[in-house]
Amino acid sequence: MSSIAQKKGFGAAMWDYLTTVDHKKIAHLYLASGGIFFLIGGIEAMLIRIQLMKAGNDFLSAGTYNEVLTMHGTTMIFLAAMPILLAFMNAIMPLQIGARDVAFPFLNSLGFWLFFFGGVFLNLSWFLGGAPDAGWTNYASLAIASEGHGIDFYALGLTISGFGTLISGINFLVTIINMRAPGMTYMRMPLFTWTTFVASALILLAFPPLTVGVFFMVFDRMFGANFFDVTMGGNTIIWEHLFWIFGHPEVYILILPAFGIFSEIFAIFSRKRLFGYTALVFATILIGFYGFMVWAHHMFTVGLGPTANAVFALATMIIAVPTGVKIFNWLLTIWGGSISFTTPMMYAIGFIPSFVAGGVTGVMQAIAPLDYQLHDSYFIVAHFHYVIVGGVVLAILAATHLYWPKMFGTMLSEKLGKWTFWLFFIGFHLTFFIQHFLGLMGMPRRVYTFGADQGWDLFNAISSVGAVFMAAGVIILLVNVVMTSIKNERVGNDPWGDGRTLEWAIASPPPFYNFAQTPLVRGLDTFWIEKMEGNKEGMVYAEPLEEIHMPNGSFVPVVMSFGLFVASFGALYNMDGDKGWTIPVIIIGLAITFGSMLFRSLKDDLGFHISKEELMRDVKGGKSDGLK
Amino acid sequence: MIKGLKKWRLFALMTALLVFLAGCGREEISTLLPAGEVAQDQFNLLILSTIVMAFVIIVVTIIYVLAIVKFRRSKIGEDVIPEQVEGSAKLEFLWTAIPIVLILILAVPTVYSTFDLADVSTMDVQAEDSDSMTNLTVNVTAKLYWWEFEYPEQGIVTAQELVVPTNERVYFNLISADVKHSFWIPSIGGKLDANPENVNTFYLTFDQESAELEDGVFYGKCAELCGPSHALMDFKVKSMDRESFDQWVAAMQEEATPAEGALAQEGEQIFGADGAGCIACHAVSGSGASGGVGPNVATFGDRNRVAELLRT
Repeated sequence: MSSIAQKKGFGAAMWDYLTTVDHKKIAHLYLASGGIFFLIGGIEAMLIRIQLMKAGNDFLSAGTYNEVLTMHGTTMIFLAAMPILLAFMNAIMPLQIGARDVAFPFLNSLGFWLFFFGGVFLNLSWFLGGAPDAGWTNYASLAIASEGHGIDFYALGLTISGFGTLISGINFLVTIINMRAPGMTYMRMPLFTWTTFVASALILLAFPPLTVGVFFMVFDRMFGANFFDVTMGGNTIIWEHLFWIFGHPEVYILILPAFGIFSEIFAIFSRKRLFGYTALVFATILIGFYGFMVWAHHMFTVGLGPTANAVFALATMIIAVPTGVKIFNWLLTIWGGSISFTTPMMYAIGFIPSFVAGGVTGVMQAIAPLDYQLHDSYFIVAHFHYVIVGGVVLAILAATHLYWPKMFGTMLSEKLGKWTFWLFFIGFHLTFFIQHFLGLMGMPRRVYTFGADQGWDLFNAISSVGAVFMAAGVIILLVNVVMTSIKNERVGNDPWGDGRTLEWAIASPPPFYNFAQTPLVRGLDTFWIEKMEGNKEGMVYAEPLEEIHMPNGSFVPVVMSFGLFVASFGALYNMDGDKGWTIPVIIIGLAITFGSMLFRSLKDDLGFHISKEELMRDVKGGKSDGLK
Repeated sequence: MIKGLKKWRLFALMTALLVFLAGCGREEISTLLPAGEVAQDQFNLLILSTIVMAFVIIVVTIIYVLAIVKFRRSKIGEDVIPEQVEGSAKLEFLWTAIPIVLILILAVPTVYSTFDLADVSTMDVQAEDSDSMTNLTVNVTAKLYWWEFEYPEQGIVTAQELVVPTNERVYFNLISADVKHSFWIPSIGGKLDANPENVNTFYLTFDQESAELEDGVFYGKCAELCGPSHALMDFKVKSMDRESFDQWVAAMQEEATPAEGALAQEGEQIFGADGAGCIACHAVSGSGASGGVGPNVATFGDRNRVAELLRT
């Protein structure tokens, strides 16, 4: 990307990204914006750890602390982890199945811009009277009682970015169902594509309950509806159900792609086919399926009664079985392999003990009576950081190193990469392991301070020290990214040397039309098969070199999303009831959105064709796949 | 000499115990030092699940360490292409079946304990030989940011300080007057939410007298984010034998004695002054109705801690 961007100048490159419908460039956008939100969420995490560094600290006030903890959770889940995973799905999944692009390139762009404007809207709350302060779970009684506009920023921001995520999910589903290269049967799909597929199905089914819940919330706050107002016959438990019917599958939306990334890494850097591929696929589907049946384990202490608690406790325990199957299959993948300890592999190796630790505490919390003690204590904080940081974030960091050459055509420094790994890994365990014991020692979560007489001082201090290590690791990663971009040493198709799937059979970065000729897939790990058979051309192709039909870029998705962004400000301040300008702002915003939709519908955009000659030139110039 | 040695041994033992206790937190608040039957049951589940999970961790660790030690590329050679194994149905069966067995081991006590801890059938049961109930019931109302404890049978209301008899079941009716809270006394038993829309009921048993504790009280917490001062929404628990508890009840049921001495009378006047007086929100008598605006301060003088600070 950078070499082209330099040639074109900053303005042109900017315009290119604003109008792109290319899945690879949209991946860059997701990675960059998700990365920035990750840094913001990280700074919020550091503020939390500074505040809790010692008993009775007054670094943050109580109200600010609640805003920081809410925004830390919301940002990390919705604006950092998910978009960064979407970045890798966008960048890699279409290549893995040999597709020209995703099924709906325009929608892909729209999905990104909706997420982006939703995220910006949410974060602007810091400057416009205060951020949301009811926790990322936003439990209704507290949210309804919250003063200021924080909660409205949360509800409207998540509505907009939720649309974006839903659109992406549908897009990936259609892509994987319809656009696989010849020979790419379902049971030959790489694990990362499989997990993208299942995670997309979860997005499709899990986001509507959240949207319903958030809509109720918006109606309560904007129009005085009483869904959650107990004094008017409303019920706040409904929010908890709706939120967790979304919230639990959301965890799997995050962790399944992480599993996919690690599955790729274990196979590549052990030079070995995934052990029990079929079992891994079915375990993925089972986890996705069970993910919808266990939401009430977040609500054991709500008072649902022993029958509901017992049923959900057992359902939750069952999830440990397919997850265990995965762990053992990964172990057996590296068993008998030839392990190369590259940076991505270090993350994968570090992931196993971290995630097992997070998994076993998950089973412990599935024991409902025991959860009465663990729930909402620091034990649960430790548990979900073990699965989300130890699983998802390690996967994100691993994928950053693994796919950086495929996305940008240059390798991140292995030396700095290992520094990042060790600092982050040690810091992570230092921060969170001890929090299990803080929870058992009676420390509730979401407390802005604690007394010196509670006996929690030492462990909190240790935890804060760990956070410093994690921050140092992330800073080194940033340095690595900058240095790598400046050096810009170009790499070939298969920079790790042991690539197994289709994405490693194409140039790094791939040309904008992906494979000039659609490849023919002859089995699982299709590129590995060709390599082992000594195929000099890289792949066998399913079609002759022909003209390629490509979609035109479009600025419409940006405008469409911007309209909703504008309208949200109108809706938000309309609640004050004393501002005359709010209704016109809503109307203008919606007019922008619907106007651009009309424009999109009426204007014929047939795209363009790349001629055979151009493709031939690229192939000869070594820019295409097959030849280095 | 022998006496000195004995002392020394006792001292060593105490030190070891102290270090161990420090690792488990403070006995006033730690779930690892259970002081009630419910917390003990939950602690036993914690130990059982820890043992089962330790087994899982050990198995994984052994395979994991062997794999990364034995199969490093630097050891087996740069150009070796390992055999591309597809999988093994036998192994898949094995690591599906064993976890299912482990889960069954955990499932049985889980289901039993879930129903056991939710059993409130002996609540509000009249004793055979008298008019009173067999068990004490306390109505807990959680408010921003304090706790009101009503003893309906005794006609007592207190705030911030829960007084209970030891070695018998105490039933709690929990409700919130505003936003959602959660009632938690870590060393006595797990938490239950105080919802704004419904009454939640459960029981706890207090096996240890709080007077034996260093601070003289167990610590209770609000465990559900309820606003800026959520972290400060504590309460204290005094557990005492049945006799002392009955004395406490009798003392609470008495009308407050009039203040004696000029300074005290002046204070009482300020406290009770019309309009701006403290009494508008804070009741000073333990006997009366629940539903106060501010915490009842009837036994203020008996508290050994006020808002986290030791009163000196």
